[in-house]
Amino acid sequence: MTAFVFYLFAALAIASGAMVVTARNPVHSVLFLILTFFNVAGLFILLGAEFVAMIMVIVYVGAVAVLFLFVVMMLDIHAVTLREGFTKILPVGAVVALVLFVELALVFGTWLMAPDLDAVRGAPTPAVGELSNTQAIGAVLYTDYVYLFQLAGIVLLVGMIGSIMLTLRARVGVKRQNPRTQANRPLEDCIEVKKVATGKGV
Amino acid sequence: MDELLREYLPILVFIGVALGMAGVMVVASYVVARQNPDTEKVSAYECGFDPFDDARARFEVRFYLVSILFIIFDLEAAFLFPWAVVLNRIGIFGLASMLVFLGVLTVGFIYEWRKGALEWE
Repeated sequence: MTAFVFYLFAALAIASGAMVVTARNPVHSVLFLILTFFNVAGLFILLGAEFVAMIMVIVYVGAVAVLFLFVVMMLDIHAVTLREGFTKILPVGAVVALVLFVELALVFGTWLMAPDLDAVRGAPTPAVGELSNTQAIGAVLYTDYVYLFQLAGIVLLVGMIGSIMLTLRARVGVKRQNPRTQANRPLEDCIEVKKVATGKGV
Repeated sequence: MDELLREYLPILVFIGVALGMAGVMVVASYVVARQNPDTEKVSAYECGFDPFDDARARFEVRFYLVSILFIIFDLEAAFLFPWAVVLNRIGIFGLASMLVFLGVLTVGFIYEWRKGALEWE
């Protein structure tokens, strides 16, 4: 049963991953990417990594995929115009792809696991029965790996400030309501008392 | 491990039911409904007149800023979950490390607020 579910999720993840790069419409690519994320979350659950699986769904599906959709919409890509000159640049692209493929093949061909890898692992996950996955992460993340944790905070800060610097522009000529100036306006500016003689207008 | 997966079995069944249901709805509407299409029927309908242009209009970069800021605070909240379940175990050091983390992000939050990134216009 577990093996069947694994192969189901793995096959769907690979198939939808292939669809991400082959789909003609970029919006369809993003939707297939979401399907890939869901399948990968299923694989994480099969590994016992519940927390990672749930974060995968919340952060990647809920936020990152939406952001990708934003980028796809914002770039205003037209599939037809993109394909113009495709045959002209095909040889260059093929050479680049071949070089990358050879590099990857060399890396995977000579890659071997250190035999005593289990012994040097810093924090092996305890069995699921004694400690849940979320607790196992929490037990080491905030104490043993405190520098990496703080570094993650700094990275988030840099991302926040960077995106504000890049995209925020103060727009001129906008009439904005300022409650403080409204409340602090002196009474003389607002009300004027006029003496009006009886029977005559102002 | 098997015990953990058994807890997720209902979710798997649920996903199966949802997929089956969606498939049945799509297929059944092809099978049951009478289909007699022509060019007018299958053309895009936009309140009676021809569609003006493509749906892929450019829109403001400020939407992007809002969603980036949302992701950052989403991740901040994600870091809080494992911390909350083991707080009784990691002691005062764990508390302090989370406070420093939140402090760093609060600096960013104050920057964002003062810069006016949270206001629309």
